[in-house]
This record gives sequence, C-alpha cells and structure tokens, in this order.
Amino acid sequence: MTPVRRQRLILILLMVAGVGAAATFALKAFNENLMYFFSTTEVAEGKAPKDTKFRLGGMVVKGSIERPNRGIMVRFVLTDFHKQVTVKYSGILPDLFREGQGVVTNGRLNSSGVFIAEEVLAKHDENYMPPEVTESLKQAEKLKSNK
Amino acid sequence: MSIIPAPIVRFYHKTASPPYFYNLSNKLMPWLSCIFLMLLGYGLYSGLYLAPTDYQQGDSYRIIYLHVPAAWMSLFIYVLMAVAGAISLIWRMKIADVVLISSAPIGASFTFIALVTGSLWGKPMWGAWWVWDARLTSELILLFLYLGVISLYGAIEDKRTASKAVAILALVGVVNIPIIHYSVQWWNTLHQGPTVSKMGKPSIHIDMLIPLLVMAVAFKFYYAIAMLQAAKVEILRREQNTQWVKKLLEQKQ
Repeated sequence: MTPVRRQRLILILLMVAGVGAAATFALKAFNENLMYFFSTTEVAEGKAPKDTKFRLGGMVVKGSIERPNRGIMVRFVLTDFHKQVTVKYSGILPDLFREGQGVVTNGRLNSSGVFIAEEVLAKHDENYMPPEVTESLKQAEKLKSNK
Repeated sequence: MSIIPAPIVRFYHKTASPPYFYNLSNKLMPWLSCIFLMLLGYGLYSGLYLAPTDYQQGDSYRIIYLHVPAAWMSLFIYVLMAVAGAISLIWRMKIADVVLISSAPIGASFTFIALVTGSLWGKPMWGAWWVWDARLTSELILLFLYLGVISLYGAIEDKRTASKAVAILALVGVVNIPIIHYSVQWWNTLHQGPTVSKMGKPSIHIDMLIPLLVMAVAFKFYYAIAMLQAAKVEILRREQNTQWVKKLLEQKQ
C-alpha cells in the first residue's frame, strides 16, 4: 500500500471511529429516553414519573384478567417476575393479548398505585413454531411435573 | 499485498476496468436471473404454502418472509455501500463509486418495504401501526440516510465531487447499522428480539426457518441483478466519450 493510500485509510478509520464514539456518548446520555417502557419493578420502587403519562411493560400474570363490571373495563396484573403492578383499561385489546403474554401499556398511576392505561400494545416474542410443537412441549412439561 | 493470492489481485484489477465490468455483468445476468427466479419461486411457495402456521399468530406471521429478508437487505446494502465508499476514497476506484450510487435506490426500497410490511403486521399484532421505539426509529433513520445519499449525489453537478461526498456520507452513516441491529437488546423495545441470529439455537421451527433463509438468498440475487443493471447505465453515462463505448454503439447500429 502506498503511503498516500495508507494515509487516506487511516483518515477514514479515524473518521468512522470518531463518529462511532460520538454516537456512543450521545446514546449513553439519552439512554433513559430511549427505553420504550418502564418495568414493573421500577414502577413499584417509585422510579417512574408521578404526574405524567408513561409506558409500563411486563407479562400478564396467569389468572389475573378480570372484568369486574362485565363491561369493557378490564383489570389485570403485570409482572417482571420481581414486583407486580395492577392495571385498569377500558377499550379493545390486541389479538395477541392473553395471560402469560408480554404487553406494553400507556397511561398514568393513580393515587392508590393502580396504573390507569389508555392504550395496550401486545409485545410479540421471538419464538415461531407450529401449534403441534407447542402441544408436545406442554405435554412434555406435564410429564416432567407429574414425576 | 503479498498475502493475497495473485489470481484474486488480478480479478480485482480487471473488475476495476469499466469495459471489463460492463461485459462481466452482461455475461452474469442470465445466470443471476435464472437462480433468482428459482429461489423466489421456491421461497414463496414453501413460505406461504408449505410452512406450518404459527402457534399464536396463525397465518399472519407469514409476513416475515418479506419483512425479515427486506430488513436484512436494508442493513447489508448499506454496509456494502460504506465499504465501496472506503474503497473509492482510498484507492480511487471508479467502479466502487458506480456500485455505491447504484445501490442506494435499491437499499432505500428494501428499507421502505421493511417499514411498510412491519407496519401492516404491527396493527393487528401489537395494536399500533407505528411506535417510536428504538428499532423502528433507527430503521427510519436508515431510510433517511439512503435518501440523503441519493439527493446529495443528485445535488452536486460535478459527479467526481459528488462521488466523494456520498462516500463520506455512507461511511458516517454506517454507525447506525450496529445501533439498528442491537437496538432490541440494548433498550426496552416493543419490537421483539432477534430470532435467527440468537446465540445457540434459533427460536424458530426448522420448517419455517428454511423458507426464510431461501427468501433471504433470493433477495441477495435480486439486489445483484438490480444493482448491476443500474451500474451498467451509470458506466455508459460516465464513459460516453471513450473509445469502447463508441465501438459498442457502432455494433448495436
């Protein structure tokens, strides 16, 4: 490699490294703003904003979905397997919403620590498999727990 | 340069010559088209018809056979453009400029397809057409980078200056690529995590994975075809006053 070309190569590597470092620092500084939602532990420990709207994400606890007035108002509990938060929502739930599913809700906390959601989004997981496979997985789990 | 075998060096120097590149792409075209059509046919048939339905999404998951390969291509083409930009700046290789600028509209189209198909899937599955999470936002920035490369090239009259400018823009923008890829791991996002590139076993059933990989390879071939066709036009435009292009025109008449 001729000296001129080597110089250009070094210049380009320095430029890319510089831009990369700048981007890293910028992303580090805005790290919290880039989080799409708060976890239930953060909310339970009071780290979430009190007066403004924010997003809360977690898994829907099995058996926690109930409709107290038999209307569209639904109440369920979200968890990140450490702390739990109760959520109230009136509206249409997405297709994937069900027990054991990850969801992201948008709304605010009321004075008694219940999250009043104005929007519920389902978070899809990264698993893809045919229904027969899930069936056999469930069977295998049953066999294990019976032993 | 002695570490690289001599035939590869010779091939590199040959492809750097515009007439050789032009003739080579002409010769490759029927092969590339044939392989592309076969892969696309098999990929679509096995993905949309043979592959089993998903346990929770039913048939709607089949959009991954367009969405995921298109999203992979949007990253792949940008990295290739950045490499071409580096080669063009360091070695002043004319063909690298041609490859860079011919790739930009194709990359922009794949990014657009990834965004639109994702949005169509997001409405029934998430419950929203669009959310400002890290993955979606960084992919949108990628679209703007592609459009920036295209418009910067168009805005500068002297194409040699324009090539240098877009090479630098492509190299600066390349920092966005790891951000897009790792966004789902670094931050809480609504977009799901990686399925295929996960450490260990991919969490997708093998009958669903194979059509996805076939489609990904088919899209690569489509890119090669579209890029070479655009590159041929760009080469003729740049070399219109040279001897070999005049000869080519005489032969056609």
